[in-house]
Amino acid sequence: MTIATEIRSFIVENFLFGDTSYELADETSLIEADLIDSTGILELVSHVEATYGIAIKDAEIVPDNFDSIARIASFIAGRGVSQAA
Amino acid sequence: MRIERFLSQSAQRFPDKTALIAGPVRLSYAQFDAQATALAAALQGLGVKRNDRVLVFMDNIAEAALAIFAVLKAGATFSPINSSTKADKLAYVIGNCRPVAILAQRKVAPVAVEAIAGNGMALLVTGTPEWEAAVATTTPIVPHGGIDVDLGMLIYTSGSTGRPKGVMMTHRNIDAASDSITTYIENTVDDIILNVAPLAFDYGLYQLLMAVRMGATLVLEKSFAFPAAIFETMRREKVTGFPLVPTMAAMLLQMRDTSTLDVRSLRYITNTAAALPEEHIQRLRALFPQATLYSMYGLTECKRCTYLPPAELDRRAGSVGIAIPNTEAYVADDDGEPVAHGVIGELVIRGPHVMQGYWENPAATAERLRPGRNAWEKVLFTGDLFYADSEGFLYFVGRKDDIIKTRGEKVAPKEVEAVLYALPGIAEAVVVGVPDPVLGQAVKAIVVATDPAVTEIDVIRHCAKRLEDFMVPRAIEFRTSLPKTDTGKVSRRLAAQSLELT
Repeated sequence: MTIATEIRSFIVENFLFGDTSYELADETSLIEADLIDSTGILELVSHVEATYGIAIKDAEIVPDNFDSIARIASFIAGRGVSQAA
Repeated sequence: MRIERFLSQSAQRFPDKTALIAGPVRLSYAQFDAQATALAAALQGLGVKRNDRVLVFMDNIAEAALAIFAVLKAGATFSPINSSTKADKLAYVIGNCRPVAILAQRKVAPVAVEAIAGNGMALLVTGTPEWEAAVATTTPIVPHGGIDVDLGMLIYTSGSTGRPKGVMMTHRNIDAASDSITTYIENTVDDIILNVAPLAFDYGLYQLLMAVRMGATLVLEKSFAFPAAIFETMRREKVTGFPLVPTMAAMLLQMRDTSTLDVRSLRYITNTAAALPEEHIQRLRALFPQATLYSMYGLTECKRCTYLPPAELDRRAGSVGIAIPNTEAYVADDDGEPVAHGVIGELVIRGPHVMQGYWENPAATAERLRPGRNAWEKVLFTGDLFYADSEGFLYFVGRKDDIIKTRGEKVAPKEVEAVLYALPGIAEAVVVGVPDPVLGQAVKAIVVATDPAVTEIDVIRHCAKRLEDFMVPRAIEFRTSLPKTDTGKVSRRLAAQSLELT
Protein backbone atom coordinates (compact mmCIF):
# COMPACT_ATOMS: atom_id res chain seq x y z
CA MET A 1 0.00 0.00 0.00
CA THR A 2 1.36 3.44 -0.88
CA ILE A 3 1.46 6.21 1.70
CA ALA A 4 -1.19 8.17 -0.23
CA THR A 5 -3.54 5.15 -0.22
CA GLU A 6 -3.09 4.63 3.49
CA ILE A 7 -3.70 8.33 4.28
CA ARG A 8 -6.76 8.28 2.03
CA SER A 9 -8.26 5.33 3.87
CA PHE A 10 -7.61 7.06 7.22
CA ILE A 11 -9.40 10.19 6.00
CA VAL A 12 -12.33 8.26 4.50
CA GLU A 13 -12.72 6.24 7.68
CA ASN A 14 -12.37 9.10 10.17
CA PHE A 15 -13.59 12.25 8.42
CA LEU A 16 -16.01 10.83 5.85
CA PHE A 17 -17.14 8.08 8.22
CA GLY A 18 -16.60 5.41 5.62
CA ASP A 19 -18.48 7.20 2.84
CA THR A 20 -16.53 6.01 -0.21
CA SER A 21 -18.93 7.71 -2.64
CA TYR A 22 -17.31 11.10 -1.88
CA GLU A 23 -14.99 12.10 -4.71
CA LEU A 24 -11.79 12.97 -2.91
CA ALA A 25 -8.90 13.93 -5.19
CA ASP A 26 -5.32 13.69 -3.91
CA GLU A 27 -5.02 17.46 -4.35
CA THR A 28 -8.34 18.45 -2.72
CA SER A 29 -7.83 20.99 0.07
CA LEU A 30 -9.14 19.28 3.20
CA ILE A 31 -9.92 22.65 4.77
CA GLU A 32 -11.73 24.08 1.73
CA ALA A 33 -13.77 20.89 1.44
CA ASP A 34 -14.64 21.16 5.16
CA LEU A 35 -13.30 17.66 5.74
CA ILE A 36 -11.14 18.44 8.75
CA ASP A 37 -11.54 20.88 11.58
CA SER A 38 -9.15 21.77 14.34
CA THR A 39 -9.67 18.56 16.28
CA GLY A 40 -9.53 16.52 13.07
CA ILE A 41 -6.08 17.79 12.24
CA LEU A 42 -4.80 16.71 15.64
CA GLU A 43 -6.13 13.19 15.02
CA LEU A 44 -4.46 13.16 11.62
CA VAL A 45 -1.11 14.31 13.00
CA SER A 46 -1.22 11.70 15.79
CA HIS A 47 -2.04 9.06 13.22
CA VAL A 48 0.91 10.03 11.01
CA GLU A 49 3.28 10.13 14.00
CA ALA A 50 2.17 6.72 15.24
CA THR A 51 1.92 4.97 11.88
CA TYR A 52 5.16 6.25 10.36
CA GLY A 53 7.24 6.62 13.50
CA ILE A 54 8.09 10.25 12.93
CA ALA A 55 7.95 13.22 15.29
CA ILE A 56 6.15 16.27 13.95
CA LYS A 57 6.88 19.76 15.24
CA ASP A 58 4.06 22.26 15.77
CA ALA A 59 5.65 24.55 13.19
CA GLU A 60 5.32 21.76 10.60
CA ILE A 61 1.55 21.44 11.08
CA VAL A 62 0.76 23.91 8.30
CA PRO A 63 -1.37 23.72 5.13
CA ASP A 64 1.74 23.16 2.96
CA ASN A 65 2.31 19.82 4.71
CA PHE A 66 -1.18 18.68 5.73
CA ASP A 67 -3.94 20.23 3.62
CA SER A 68 -4.30 17.42 1.04
CA ILE A 69 -3.55 13.73 0.65
CA ALA A 70 -0.77 14.55 -1.81
CA ARG A 71 0.85 17.06 0.54
CA ILE A 72 0.69 14.70 3.52
CA ALA A 73 2.17 11.85 1.47
CA SER A 74 4.98 14.05 0.22
CA PHE A 75 5.67 15.37 3.74
CA ILE A 76 5.97 11.79 5.03
CA ALA A 77 8.12 10.74 2.08
CA GLY A 78 10.37 13.73 2.81
CA ARG A 79 11.09 12.10 6.17
CA GLY A 80 12.61 9.11 4.43
CA VAL A 81 9.55 6.85 4.70
CA SER A 82 8.80 5.09 1.42
CA GLN A 83 5.90 2.75 2.22
CA ALA A 84 2.87 2.64 4.40
CA ALA A 85 3.57 0.69 7.55
CA MET B 1 -27.78 54.74 13.25
CA ARG B 2 -28.18 52.23 10.45
CA ILE B 3 -25.32 49.76 10.22
CA GLU B 4 -24.46 50.31 6.55
CA ARG B 5 -23.37 53.80 7.62
CA PHE B 6 -20.48 52.16 9.52
CA LEU B 7 -19.11 51.30 6.08
CA SER B 8 -19.91 54.50 4.19
CA GLN B 9 -18.48 56.64 7.02
CA SER B 10 -15.26 54.63 7.25
CA ALA B 11 -14.94 54.77 3.46
CA GLN B 12 -15.22 58.55 3.61
CA ARG B 13 -12.72 58.91 6.42
CA PHE B 14 -10.20 56.24 5.37
CA PRO B 15 -10.73 55.45 1.66
CA ASP B 16 -7.28 53.96 1.10
CA LYS B 17 -6.95 52.09 4.39
CA THR B 18 -7.13 48.28 4.26
CA ALA B 19 -10.54 47.20 5.50
CA LEU B 20 -10.49 43.49 4.84
CA ILE B 21 -7.89 40.78 4.26
CA ALA B 22 -9.28 37.35 3.34
CA GLY B 23 -6.80 34.89 1.83
CA PRO B 24 -5.45 36.54 -1.34
CA VAL B 25 -8.13 39.30 -1.26
CA ARG B 26 -7.27 42.72 0.18
CA LEU B 27 -9.93 45.43 0.02
CA SER B 28 -9.51 49.10 0.93
CA TYR B 29 -12.49 50.84 2.53
CA ALA B 30 -13.21 52.60 -0.78
CA GLN B 31 -13.23 49.26 -2.64
CA PHE B 32 -15.27 47.50 0.05
CA ASP B 33 -17.88 50.28 0.03
CA ALA B 34 -18.04 50.52 -3.77
CA GLN B 35 -18.46 46.76 -4.24
CA ALA B 36 -21.08 46.50 -1.50
CA THR B 37 -22.96 49.41 -3.08
CA ALA B 38 -22.85 47.75 -6.50
CA LEU B 39 -24.04 44.44 -5.05
CA ALA B 40 -26.85 46.26 -3.21
CA ALA B 41 -28.06 47.81 -6.46
CA ALA B 42 -27.91 44.38 -8.10
CA LEU B 43 -29.98 42.92 -5.23
CA GLN B 44 -32.59 45.62 -5.75
CA GLY B 45 -32.55 44.66 -9.43
CA LEU B 46 -33.34 41.08 -8.35
CA GLY B 47 -36.40 42.36 -6.50
CA VAL B 48 -35.00 42.83 -2.97
CA LYS B 49 -36.92 45.57 -1.16
CA ARG B 50 -36.88 47.19 2.27
CA ASN B 51 -37.33 44.67 5.13
CA ASP B 52 -37.07 41.63 2.84
CA ARG B 53 -34.91 38.82 4.17
CA VAL B 54 -31.77 37.72 2.32
CA LEU B 55 -29.72 34.69 3.39
CA VAL B 56 -25.92 34.85 3.29
CA PHE B 57 -24.81 31.21 3.01
CA MET B 58 -21.01 31.32 3.03
CA ASP B 59 -18.02 30.64 5.21
CA ASN B 60 -15.42 33.28 6.09
CA ILE B 61 -14.67 34.72 2.66
CA ALA B 62 -14.53 38.33 1.48
CA GLU B 63 -17.79 37.91 -0.44
CA ALA B 64 -19.62 37.21 2.82
CA ALA B 65 -18.55 40.59 4.21
CA LEU B 66 -19.61 42.29 0.98
CA ALA B 67 -22.93 40.45 0.98
CA ILE B 68 -23.79 41.45 4.55
CA PHE B 69 -23.28 45.16 3.89
CA ALA B 70 -24.93 44.95 0.46
CA VAL B 71 -28.12 43.51 1.97
CA LEU B 72 -28.23 46.36 4.50
CA LYS B 73 -27.54 48.97 1.82
CA ALA B 74 -30.49 47.56 -0.13
CA GLY B 75 -32.67 48.18 2.93
CA ALA B 76 -33.15 44.48 3.62
CA THR B 77 -32.43 42.17 6.57
CA PHE B 78 -29.55 39.68 6.32
CA SER B 79 -29.48 36.25 7.88
CA PRO B 80 -26.04 34.60 8.02
CA ILE B 81 -26.22 30.81 7.62
CA ASN B 82 -23.40 28.48 8.69
CA SER B 83 -21.83 27.03 5.54
CA SER B 84 -22.01 23.48 6.90
CA THR B 85 -25.82 23.67 7.14
CA LYS B 86 -27.51 20.82 5.25
CA ALA B 87 -30.43 21.15 2.85
CA ASP B 88 -33.16 19.99 5.28
CA LYS B 89 -32.37 22.64 7.84
CA LEU B 90 -31.80 25.33 5.23
CA ALA B 91 -35.22 24.49 3.81
CA TYR B 92 -36.67 24.96 7.30
CA VAL B 93 -35.05 28.42 7.59
CA ILE B 94 -36.32 29.33 4.11
CA GLY B 95 -39.83 28.27 5.07
CA ASN B 96 -39.57 30.19 8.31
CA CYS B 97 -38.36 33.60 7.12
CA ARG B 98 -39.29 33.42 3.38
CA PRO B 99 -36.20 35.13 1.96
CA VAL B 100 -36.39 36.92 -1.38
CA ALA B 101 -32.82 35.99 -2.26
CA ILE B 102 -29.97 33.73 -1.20
CA LEU B 103 -26.35 34.73 -1.66
CA ALA B 104 -24.35 31.50 -1.63
CA GLN B 105 -20.72 30.48 -1.82
CA ARG B 106 -20.06 28.36 -4.87
CA LYS B 107 -19.15 25.18 -2.99
CA VAL B 108 -22.45 25.12 -1.09
CA ALA B 109 -24.64 26.31 -3.97
CA PRO B 110 -25.95 22.74 -4.61
CA VAL B 111 -27.23 22.64 -1.02
CA ALA B 112 -29.03 25.95 -1.61
CA VAL B 113 -30.55 24.67 -4.86
CA GLU B 114 -31.81 21.54 -3.08
CA ALA B 115 -33.26 23.58 -0.20
CA ILE B 116 -34.97 26.11 -2.49
CA ALA B 117 -36.63 23.18 -4.27
CA GLY B 118 -38.14 25.24 -7.04
CA ASN B 119 -39.65 27.90 -4.75
CA GLY B 120 -39.40 31.33 -6.30
CA MET B 121 -36.39 33.19 -4.99
CA ALA B 122 -33.20 34.60 -6.44
CA LEU B 123 -29.96 32.67 -5.98
CA LEU B 124 -26.70 34.51 -6.58
CA VAL B 125 -23.56 32.38 -6.37
CA THR B 126 -20.00 33.63 -5.77
CA GLY B 127 -17.43 33.10 -8.51
CA THR B 128 -20.03 33.01 -11.29
CA PRO B 129 -20.31 35.58 -14.14
CA GLU B 130 -23.58 36.71 -12.53
CA TRP B 131 -21.76 37.47 -9.28
CA GLU B 132 -18.96 39.34 -11.08
CA ALA B 133 -21.58 41.40 -12.92
CA ALA B 134 -23.44 42.10 -9.67
CA VAL B 135 -20.39 43.52 -7.86
CA ALA B 136 -19.70 45.73 -10.90
CA THR B 137 -23.27 47.09 -11.18
CA THR B 138 -23.22 50.77 -12.10
CA THR B 139 -26.88 51.66 -11.56
CA PRO B 140 -27.31 53.55 -8.29
CA ILE B 141 -29.13 52.21 -5.24
CA VAL B 142 -32.79 53.18 -5.11
CA PRO B 143 -33.46 55.00 -1.80
CA HIS B 144 -35.29 52.49 0.39
CA GLY B 145 -36.45 54.78 3.20
CA GLY B 146 -35.27 52.43 5.94
CA ILE B 147 -34.68 53.67 9.50
CA ASP B 148 -32.65 52.26 12.36
CA VAL B 149 -35.47 50.44 14.10
CA ASP B 150 -35.89 48.26 11.01
CA LEU B 151 -34.53 44.73 11.33
CA GLY B 152 -30.86 44.58 10.40
CA MET B 153 -30.40 40.87 10.92
CA LEU B 154 -31.98 37.61 11.78
CA ILE B 155 -29.58 35.13 13.40
CA TYR B 156 -30.79 31.58 13.76
CA THR B 157 -29.91 29.91 17.03
CA SER B 158 -30.57 26.43 18.38
CA GLY B 159 -33.69 26.14 20.46
CA SER B 160 -34.40 23.52 23.08
CA THR B 161 -37.42 22.39 21.04
CA GLY B 162 -34.99 21.28 18.34
CA ARG B 163 -36.07 23.89 15.77
CA PRO B 164 -33.84 26.90 15.17
CA LYS B 165 -35.25 30.30 16.09
CA GLY B 166 -34.48 33.57 14.29
CA VAL B 167 -33.20 36.21 16.71
CA MET B 168 -34.45 39.61 15.49
CA MET B 169 -32.01 42.48 15.83
CA THR B 170 -32.67 46.02 14.68
CA HIS B 171 -29.93 48.28 13.37
CA ARG B 172 -30.24 50.16 16.65
CA ASN B 173 -29.65 46.94 18.66
CA ILE B 174 -26.48 46.24 16.66
CA ASP B 175 -25.31 49.82 16.97
CA ALA B 176 -25.75 49.70 20.75
CA ALA B 177 -23.98 46.35 21.16
CA SER B 178 -21.04 47.27 18.94
CA ASP B 179 -20.68 50.67 20.65
CA SER B 180 -20.60 49.04 24.08
CA ILE B 181 -18.10 46.33 23.15
CA THR B 182 -15.68 48.56 21.25
CA THR B 183 -15.76 50.92 24.25
CA TYR B 184 -14.60 48.40 26.84
CA ILE B 185 -12.12 46.72 24.51
CA GLU B 186 -10.85 50.23 23.70
CA ASN B 187 -10.80 49.49 19.97
CA THR B 188 -9.25 52.13 17.75
CA VAL B 189 -8.80 52.77 14.04
CA ASP B 190 -5.34 51.20 14.39
CA ASP B 191 -6.63 47.79 15.43
CA ILE B 192 -6.01 44.82 13.16
CA ILE B 193 -8.30 42.00 14.23
CA LEU B 194 -7.84 38.37 13.20
CA ASN B 195 -11.11 36.47 13.18
CA VAL B 196 -11.55 32.73 12.65
CA ALA B 197 -15.02 32.50 14.26
CA PRO B 198 -17.69 31.89 11.60
CA LEU B 199 -19.48 35.02 10.36
CA ALA B 200 -22.68 33.01 10.85
CA PHE B 201 -21.95 33.05 14.61
CA ASP B 202 -22.54 36.44 16.24
CA TYR B 203 -19.06 36.46 17.81
CA GLY B 204 -17.45 36.26 14.37
CA LEU B 205 -20.03 38.53 12.75
CA TYR B 206 -19.42 41.32 15.27
CA GLN B 207 -15.68 41.25 14.55
CA LEU B 208 -16.61 42.41 11.04
CA LEU B 209 -19.23 44.93 12.18
CA MET B 210 -16.98 46.42 14.88
CA ALA B 211 -13.89 46.59 12.65
CA VAL B 212 -15.91 48.48 10.01
CA ARG B 213 -17.45 50.72 12.67
CA MET B 214 -13.97 51.74 13.89
CA GLY B 215 -12.33 51.92 10.47
CA ALA B 216 -10.00 49.15 11.67
CA THR B 217 -8.71 46.19 9.63
CA LEU B 218 -10.22 42.69 9.71
CA VAL B 219 -8.19 39.63 8.78
CA LEU B 220 -10.69 36.88 7.99
CA GLU B 221 -9.66 33.23 8.27
CA LYS B 222 -11.98 30.27 7.92
CA SER B 223 -10.33 27.67 10.11
CA PHE B 224 -8.14 27.28 13.17
CA ALA B 225 -6.97 23.83 12.09
CA PHE B 226 -3.45 25.14 11.48
CA PRO B 227 -2.58 27.45 14.39
CA ALA B 228 1.05 27.81 13.26
CA ALA B 229 -0.16 29.22 9.92
CA ILE B 230 -2.63 31.56 11.66
CA PHE B 231 0.16 32.92 13.85
CA GLU B 232 2.37 33.39 10.81
CA THR B 233 -0.43 35.54 9.33
CA MET B 234 -0.76 37.40 12.64
CA ARG B 235 2.94 38.29 12.59
CA ARG B 236 2.81 39.31 8.92
CA GLU B 237 -0.25 41.53 9.33
CA LYS B 238 0.81 42.86 12.77
CA VAL B 239 -2.46 41.77 14.33
CA THR B 240 -3.53 43.58 17.53
CA GLY B 241 -6.78 41.79 18.44
CA PHE B 242 -7.48 38.06 18.62
CA PRO B 243 -10.96 36.77 19.55
CA LEU B 244 -10.84 33.23 20.96
CA VAL B 245 -13.26 30.55 22.06
CA PRO B 246 -12.14 28.07 24.76
CA THR B 247 -11.56 25.29 22.21
CA MET B 248 -9.00 27.44 20.43
CA ALA B 249 -7.30 28.28 23.73
CA ALA B 250 -7.14 24.57 24.60
CA MET B 251 -5.50 23.86 21.24
CA LEU B 252 -2.89 26.58 21.72
CA LEU B 253 -2.10 25.35 25.22
CA GLN B 254 -1.56 21.82 23.87
CA MET B 255 1.19 22.98 21.54
CA ARG B 256 4.65 21.74 22.40
CA ASP B 257 6.65 24.52 20.78
CA THR B 258 5.17 27.84 21.86
CA SER B 259 7.80 29.91 20.05
CA THR B 260 5.52 29.76 17.00
CA LEU B 261 2.98 31.79 19.00
CA ASP B 262 5.11 34.91 19.39
CA VAL B 263 3.16 37.95 18.14
CA ARG B 264 4.63 41.19 19.46
CA SER B 265 1.87 43.39 18.06
CA LEU B 266 -0.93 41.60 19.95
CA ARG B 267 -2.76 44.07 22.23
CA TYR B 268 -5.76 42.04 23.37
CA ILE B 269 -7.36 38.60 23.40
CA THR B 270 -11.06 38.05 24.03
CA ASN B 271 -12.86 34.90 25.10
CA THR B 272 -16.54 34.11 25.00
CA ALA B 273 -18.98 31.29 24.12
CA ALA B 274 -18.02 29.37 27.26
CA ALA B 275 -15.91 30.11 30.29
CA LEU B 276 -12.17 29.52 30.15
CA PRO B 277 -10.91 27.27 32.93
CA GLU B 278 -8.90 29.41 35.39
CA GLU B 279 -5.79 27.41 34.67
CA HIS B 280 -6.13 28.24 30.97
CA ILE B 281 -6.52 31.92 31.80
CA GLN B 282 -3.23 31.92 33.71
CA ARG B 283 -1.40 29.98 31.01
CA LEU B 284 -2.72 32.24 28.25
CA ARG B 285 -1.52 35.28 30.14
CA ALA B 286 1.92 33.72 30.52
CA LEU B 287 1.97 32.86 26.82
CA PHE B 288 0.91 36.35 25.69
CA PRO B 289 2.27 38.65 28.43
CA GLN B 290 1.83 41.83 26.39
CA ALA B 291 -1.85 41.16 25.59
CA THR B 292 -4.83 42.10 27.75
CA LEU B 293 -7.28 39.23 28.24
CA TYR B 294 -11.02 39.87 28.30
CA SER B 295 -13.26 37.13 29.73
CA MET B 296 -16.77 37.71 28.47
CA TYR B 297 -20.19 36.13 28.48
CA GLY B 298 -23.19 36.58 26.23
CA LEU B 299 -25.90 34.98 24.14
CA THR B 300 -27.17 35.71 20.66
CA GLU B 301 -30.38 37.19 22.10
CA CYS B 302 -28.50 40.29 23.28
CA LYS B 303 -25.09 39.68 21.75
CA ARG B 304 -23.08 40.28 24.92
CA CYS B 305 -24.01 40.52 28.61
CA THR B 306 -20.89 40.89 30.70
CA TYR B 307 -17.12 41.29 30.63
CA LEU B 308 -14.48 41.07 33.33
CA PRO B 309 -12.40 44.26 33.49
CA PRO B 310 -8.87 42.91 32.95
CA ALA B 311 -7.59 44.50 36.16
CA GLU B 312 -9.87 42.06 38.05
CA LEU B 313 -8.32 38.90 36.56
CA ASP B 314 -5.91 38.35 39.46
CA ARG B 315 -8.64 38.71 42.05
CA ARG B 316 -11.51 36.77 40.43
CA ALA B 317 -10.42 34.84 37.37
CA GLY B 318 -13.51 32.64 37.64
CA SER B 319 -15.91 35.55 37.15
CA VAL B 320 -17.33 36.75 33.82
CA GLY B 321 -17.51 40.19 35.37
CA ILE B 322 -20.04 42.95 35.24
CA ALA B 323 -22.60 44.27 32.77
CA ILE B 324 -21.11 45.77 29.61
CA PRO B 325 -21.39 49.59 29.31
CA ASN B 326 -24.94 50.99 29.09
CA THR B 327 -26.62 47.75 30.13
CA GLU B 328 -27.79 46.15 33.36
CA ALA B 329 -27.31 42.55 34.44
CA TYR B 330 -28.82 41.05 37.59
CA VAL B 331 -29.60 37.66 39.07
CA ALA B 332 -33.31 36.99 39.61
CA ASP B 333 -35.52 34.36 41.23
CA ASP B 334 -38.35 32.51 39.48
CA ASP B 335 -40.62 35.56 39.89
CA GLY B 336 -38.06 37.85 38.25
CA GLU B 337 -37.15 39.53 41.55
CA PRO B 338 -33.46 40.31 42.16
CA VAL B 339 -31.81 37.95 44.66
CA ALA B 340 -29.12 38.63 47.28
CA HIS B 341 -25.40 38.16 46.66
CA GLY B 342 -24.36 34.52 46.65
CA VAL B 343 -27.83 33.24 45.75
CA ILE B 344 -28.14 31.34 42.48
CA GLY B 345 -30.79 32.54 40.04
CA GLU B 346 -31.38 33.35 36.40
CA LEU B 347 -29.36 36.13 34.80
CA VAL B 348 -31.55 38.95 33.49
CA ILE B 349 -30.34 41.54 30.99
CA ARG B 350 -31.72 45.01 30.36
CA GLY B 351 -30.37 47.27 27.67
CA PRO B 352 -30.58 48.70 24.15
CA HIS B 353 -28.97 45.59 22.65
CA VAL B 354 -31.70 43.14 23.71
CA MET B 355 -33.40 41.44 20.75
CA GLN B 356 -36.89 42.25 19.51
CA GLY B 357 -37.87 38.57 19.90
CA TYR B 358 -37.79 35.42 17.79
CA TRP B 359 -39.05 35.69 14.23
CA GLU B 360 -42.74 34.69 14.07
CA ASN B 361 -42.45 32.75 17.31
CA PRO B 362 -44.43 34.59 20.00
CA ALA B 363 -44.43 31.61 22.39
CA ALA B 364 -40.63 31.32 22.46
CA THR B 365 -40.33 35.11 22.61
CA ALA B 366 -42.64 35.29 25.64
CA GLU B 367 -40.40 32.82 27.49
CA ARG B 368 -37.29 34.98 27.09
CA LEU B 369 -38.69 38.55 27.02
CA ARG B 370 -40.72 39.15 30.16
CA PRO B 371 -41.67 42.11 32.33
CA GLY B 372 -38.81 43.15 34.57
CA ARG B 373 -38.58 45.54 37.49
CA ASN B 374 -40.42 48.17 35.44
CA ALA B 375 -43.90 47.10 34.47
CA TRP B 376 -43.70 49.08 31.22
CA GLU B 377 -40.83 47.16 29.68
CA LYS B 378 -39.64 43.66 28.88
CA VAL B 379 -36.21 42.38 29.78
CA LEU B 380 -34.23 39.35 28.66
CA PHE B 381 -34.30 36.21 30.81
CA THR B 382 -31.17 34.44 29.61
CA GLY B 383 -31.98 30.91 30.77
CA ASP B 384 -28.51 30.81 32.35
CA LEU B 385 -27.95 30.38 36.08
CA PHE B 386 -25.58 32.78 37.85
CA TYR B 387 -24.71 34.18 41.23
CA ALA B 388 -23.02 37.46 42.14
CA ASP B 389 -20.27 37.95 44.74
CA SER B 390 -20.49 40.66 47.41
CA GLU B 391 -19.09 43.25 45.01
CA GLY B 392 -21.53 42.37 42.25
CA PHE B 393 -19.22 40.34 40.01
CA LEU B 394 -21.07 37.58 38.23
CA TYR B 395 -20.29 33.86 38.07
CA PHE B 396 -21.77 31.40 35.57
CA VAL B 397 -23.23 28.26 37.18
CA GLY B 398 -25.02 26.37 34.41
CA ARG B 399 -27.94 26.36 32.01
CA LYS B 400 -31.60 25.96 32.92
CA ASP B 401 -32.28 23.87 29.80
CA ASP B 402 -30.31 20.97 28.33
CA ILE B 403 -28.62 22.79 25.44
CA ILE B 404 -25.08 21.47 24.88
CA LYS B 405 -22.22 23.93 24.36
CA THR B 406 -19.54 22.39 22.16
CA ARG B 407 -16.68 24.24 20.52
CA GLY B 408 -18.49 27.41 21.59
CA GLU B 409 -21.64 26.57 19.62
CA LYS B 410 -25.04 25.61 20.95
CA VAL B 411 -26.46 22.20 20.13
CA ALA B 412 -30.05 21.25 20.92
CA PRO B 413 -30.12 17.54 21.88
CA LYS B 414 -33.59 17.25 20.34
CA GLU B 415 -32.32 18.35 16.94
CA VAL B 416 -29.70 15.58 16.95
CA GLU B 417 -32.13 13.02 18.36
CA ALA B 418 -34.61 13.75 15.55
CA VAL B 419 -31.91 12.87 13.02
CA LEU B 420 -30.99 9.68 14.93
CA TYR B 421 -34.62 8.54 14.99
CA ALA B 422 -34.73 8.93 11.21
CA LEU B 423 -32.12 6.16 10.83
CA PRO B 424 -33.76 2.78 10.25
CA GLY B 425 -32.45 0.33 12.80
CA ILE B 426 -32.45 2.87 15.65
CA ALA B 427 -35.38 2.41 18.02
CA GLU B 428 -34.48 4.93 20.71
CA ALA B 429 -31.93 7.68 21.07
CA VAL B 430 -30.88 10.26 23.62
CA VAL B 431 -28.18 12.89 23.20
CA VAL B 432 -26.14 14.37 26.03
CA GLY B 433 -23.08 16.57 26.47
CA VAL B 434 -20.04 14.94 28.08
CA PRO B 435 -17.01 16.87 29.40
CA ASP B 436 -14.21 17.21 26.85
CA PRO B 437 -10.87 18.92 27.47
CA VAL B 438 -10.81 20.63 24.05
CA LEU B 439 -14.46 20.99 23.02
CA GLY B 440 -15.78 21.95 26.45
CA GLN B 441 -18.59 19.47 25.96
CA ALA B 442 -18.66 16.73 23.34
CA VAL B 443 -21.92 15.56 21.81
CA LYS B 444 -22.59 11.92 22.71
CA ALA B 445 -25.51 9.78 21.60
CA ILE B 446 -26.82 6.73 23.42
CA VAL B 447 -28.99 4.56 21.20
CA VAL B 448 -30.97 1.34 21.20
CA ALA B 449 -30.55 -0.45 17.89
CA THR B 450 -33.08 -2.93 16.55
CA ASP B 451 -30.70 -3.89 13.75
CA PRO B 452 -27.50 -5.45 15.16
CA ALA B 453 -25.67 -4.63 11.92
CA VAL B 454 -25.79 -0.87 12.62
CA THR B 455 -22.34 0.29 13.73
CA GLU B 456 -21.05 3.47 15.39
CA ILE B 457 -19.59 4.72 12.13
CA ASP B 458 -22.90 4.13 10.30
CA VAL B 459 -24.68 6.30 12.83
CA ILE B 460 -22.07 9.07 12.70
CA ARG B 461 -22.09 9.06 8.88
CA HIS B 462 -25.88 9.33 8.86
CA CYS B 463 -25.66 12.34 11.20
CA ALA B 464 -22.80 13.99 9.27
CA LYS B 465 -24.94 14.07 6.15
CA ARG B 466 -27.80 15.84 7.92
CA LEU B 467 -26.34 18.06 10.63
CA GLU B 468 -23.89 20.94 10.81
CA ASP B 469 -20.37 19.72 11.64
CA PHE B 470 -20.41 20.78 15.27
CA MET B 471 -23.70 18.92 15.95
CA VAL B 472 -22.47 15.51 14.78
CA PRO B 473 -22.01 13.14 17.76
CA ARG B 474 -18.39 12.32 18.53
CA ALA B 475 -19.31 8.99 20.05
CA ILE B 476 -22.23 6.55 19.93
CA GLU B 477 -22.96 4.15 22.75
CA PHE B 478 -25.23 1.17 22.11
CA ARG B 479 -27.48 -0.06 24.90
CA THR B 480 -30.36 -2.49 25.21
CA SER B 481 -32.57 0.15 26.85
CA LEU B 482 -32.52 3.83 27.81
CA PRO B 483 -33.22 5.27 31.25
CA LYS B 484 -36.83 6.44 31.51
CA THR B 485 -38.90 8.59 33.83
CA ASP B 486 -41.84 7.15 35.78
CA THR B 487 -44.11 8.17 32.91
CA GLY B 488 -42.02 6.17 30.46
CA LYS B 489 -40.32 9.08 28.71
CA VAL B 490 -36.65 8.75 27.81
CA SER B 491 -34.81 10.88 30.36
CA ARG B 492 -31.85 12.93 29.19
CA ARG B 493 -30.97 13.76 32.78
CA LEU B 494 -30.90 10.10 33.87
CA ALA B 495 -28.95 9.21 30.73
CA ALA B 496 -26.32 11.82 31.58
CA GLN B 497 -26.16 10.52 35.15
CA SER B 498 -25.71 6.96 33.92
CA LEU B 499 -22.63 8.13 32.00
CA GLU B 500 -21.13 9.83 35.03
CA LEU B 501 -21.42 6.58 36.98
CA THR B 502 -19.46 4.53 34.48
